[in-house]
Parts: sequence; C-alpha cells; structure tokens
Amino acid sequence: MTRRGAPLPETGQNLGMHTMSTTRAALPTPRGSLSERVVADLRTDAARLSQGGSRPDGVGEEDAALTLWVLHELSYGGFSDVDPDAEWEPAVLTLRRDLQRELETRLRQRWPGHHVSSDDFADELMAYIEADDGPSVASYVHTRATQEQVLELIRWRSVYHLKESDPATWTLPRLTVRPKAALAELQYDEYGSGRADRLHAHLFAQAMEAVGLSTRPGAYVDECPPEVLEMNNVMSLFGLHGRLRGASMGHLAAFEVTSSVPSGHLVQGLQRLGMAQELIDYYAEHVVADSVHDQIAVRLVCAALAEDEPEQAEEIFFGAFTCLDQEARFARALLGRWGVAV
Amino acid sequence: MTARAPEQAGSGQAMVCPGGPLLLRGARSYTDDAGVEHEIDRPVVAVCRCELSSLLPWCDSTHKRLPEDKRPR
Ligand code: FES
Ligand SMILES: [Fe+2]
Ligand SMILES: [Fe+2]
Repeated sequence: MTRRGAPLPETGQNLGMHTMSTTRAALPTPRGSLSERVVADLRTDAARLSQGGSRPDGVGEEDAALTLWVLHELSYGGFSDVDPDAEWEPAVLTLRRDLQRELETRLRQRWPGHHVSSDDFADELMAYIEADDGPSVASYVHTRATQEQVLELIRWRSVYHLKESDPATWTLPRLTVRPKAALAELQYDEYGSGRADRLHAHLFAQAMEAVGLSTRPGAYVDECPPEVLEMNNVMSLFGLHGRLRGASMGHLAAFEVTSSVPSGHLVQGLQRLGMAQELIDYYAEHVVADSVHDQIAVRLVCAALAEDEPEQAEEIFFGAFTCLDQEARFARALLGRWGVAV
Repeated sequence: MTARAPEQAGSGQAMVCPGGPLLLRGARSYTDDAGVEHEIDRPVVAVCRCELSSLLPWCDSTHKRLPEDKRPR
C-alpha cells in the first residue's frame, strides 16, 4: 500500500457479529458402535482408541462415514470438546487410514474408467463434465421447492460451505509450478481476494444467519444422511493425500463447471420464494465467479497438471466422475426425501 | 457485444476459452464495443463471447447451454 492510498480496512471490520473462525464444532451423536467408541475416546483421551483394536468387522457404512467425518474434522477446526492434539494421535491416524481406504475402494468400484483419447485434454475434460445429466436439486428449487425445503438444503450444504474451498487447499503444495499458480489464483478468489467480507464460506455463513440458522461448524451434521457425510469425506480424502492430487483437482473442476448454471436456478427460486437477500447474493456471486473458476480449474489447473504429470490424467477424470456421482447421490437423497420422482 | 481479441484487451493478460468466454487477468476495467467502460473488482473476469449472457459484459455460463455450433470458437 502506498502512503497516499486509502487505508486498508482493519481486520474484523464490517464482519458483523460473526466469529466463525473461533467457533469449533461439537461432537455429533454417534450412529453405531464405532462412532460411539470414537466419540467417547476423543472426549476423554484419544490414545485410548488403540485399545479397542482396529476397526471391528460388521460396522455399518453410515457408522463408518460419520466416524471418518469426525476424524477428518480434527484437521479443520476441530471440536470444542476434543484436545487439538488428537489430530496427530497415532491411533486416530490408523483408524482414519483404514476408513479412508475403504472409502477409496468403494469410489474406485463405482468408477467406470475413462480413456483419455484426444490431444486437447482441457476440451475433453470440459465436455466430459458438461455431459453430466444427473438429477438437479437447483431446477426443482427454481420452480417448485418450498421455503422449508430450501432451508433443509442449506443445512445439508452447510457441512461443506462453511469450509468452502478448504479441502482443495490441501492439494496446493503437491502441485508443479503452473497448476499451483492457477489453483492459488482460483483459491484467492474463493477466499475473498484479500477481503474477509468477500470470503465465500463467510458469505454463506452470513446467508445462514440471515435465514435464522446456526453457523457453528457441524451444527446440522446429526440430521444429515450418509450421502452428505460421504461427499464431505471424499473431498477431505482427495485433499489430504498427495497421492490423490489428480483426483482432488478433477473433483474441483467438476464442482466448478457444474456450479454456475444451477446457482442461477437457485437465485431465481430464492427470489420466487422471497428469501433473504444474503442467500440470493451468495448464489448470484457463484453465477459470475464460477464462470471464471471453471475455466481456470479445467484449462489452467487440470490440463497443466496432466501435461506435467501424465500419469495423473486419468486420475483427474476419476475425481471429476466422483464429484458428479456424489452430487447425484446427494440430489437423489434430498429429492427422494421431498417425494420428488428422479 | 463481442469480446475483444486479447491484443485489444487493454491492460492485463487475456486467454480465449474455446466455446466459452475470454478470461481477463489483472485488468482494472473492461470497455465493451459500445464504448462503455465496466469497472473490474476481481483478479480474473470472464467476458462473454456468445453475447447471450444475462449479465453482459460478463459470462454467466449461458454458453454451456448452447449447441456446439452456436458456441463462440
Ligand atoms: S460466453 Fe459464457 S455466457 Fe456468453
Ligand atoms: Fe465459492
Ligand atoms: Fe468457485
């Protein structure tokens, strides 16, 4: 800043009463024997987790998904009732790795594969993602959904949006020069381009406040079905593992490419329902921003990554497929709950 | 309105996205063909090239709903 320039706003100015960065999650209600044991041990002494042996057989998928979500959360804001040191407790890492392996195996079983054929990687990836025709929650919100249904959508989405973009940030140091510069540029915009009042996760929190919802991380995890837990686990898995950098960036690309048009539908649906302007603004911002982010993600991050590290090319498609598949599962769960045929 | 070619973009760097917008990095403003100057307050913007965006001059991803032959090259 030059001496004559306008003063930069002081940290925290114009942020309202919101203090998301200092609020930590509360441990969720267990959904089976494994999450019960993990929640109890995290609350008292995470080292005790090793005493129960590794993961017992016969644990249900939902129980496993919630447990993995809890263990991942330790690497974000953590929990108010858990010692932050638990993040690196060997017993925690062992169980987390077992659960991640199970999840990855399941994702790879669902993946039909894709042979990268054309010499223009970016166009091929863009076309692959755009060809997706999964069920759309946004189209339903556009014309039909009620206010209560929208609020439910927001609560389910909040598990991710309150830490929007954070999982992909884990991938940044694993990239070569060109994709790294491009991802940093994309994330810079997600994080508000230096302005706290424009950070996307913060915009979402403000929108939640405007409609009377809690912005505490994980506040609505208890009501979320396994589909929501799994889609969040997928992003953390791809982000935390350097080995999965291609999948992480492919996931990001698919997310960004399929965001702008549905965000436009949500804007129109929210306007139809006369809902809070902050919520409308959040999605309106994504109509514009993601028309930039998708091009950066596909052409500058993924295509450059595939060129620098050709063995990552198919992994990028695996990540893109998984994102689209997770979104379809989310949509079927929510629309199914609302009694909408999909 | 047609997005300008990269060399006419004025300031910053430009990149044409096949089938989609023109990305403009580091520009302070964008002047459209009618001579109207639009202020820019983000590091990169996407300028519409299909002319069908409802947020002109910016891209709103309407191009994604166009058949292949109607998309900007
Ligand atoms: S180029 Fe994207 S809407 Fe026109
Ligand atoms: Fe965003
Ligand atoms: Fe984005």
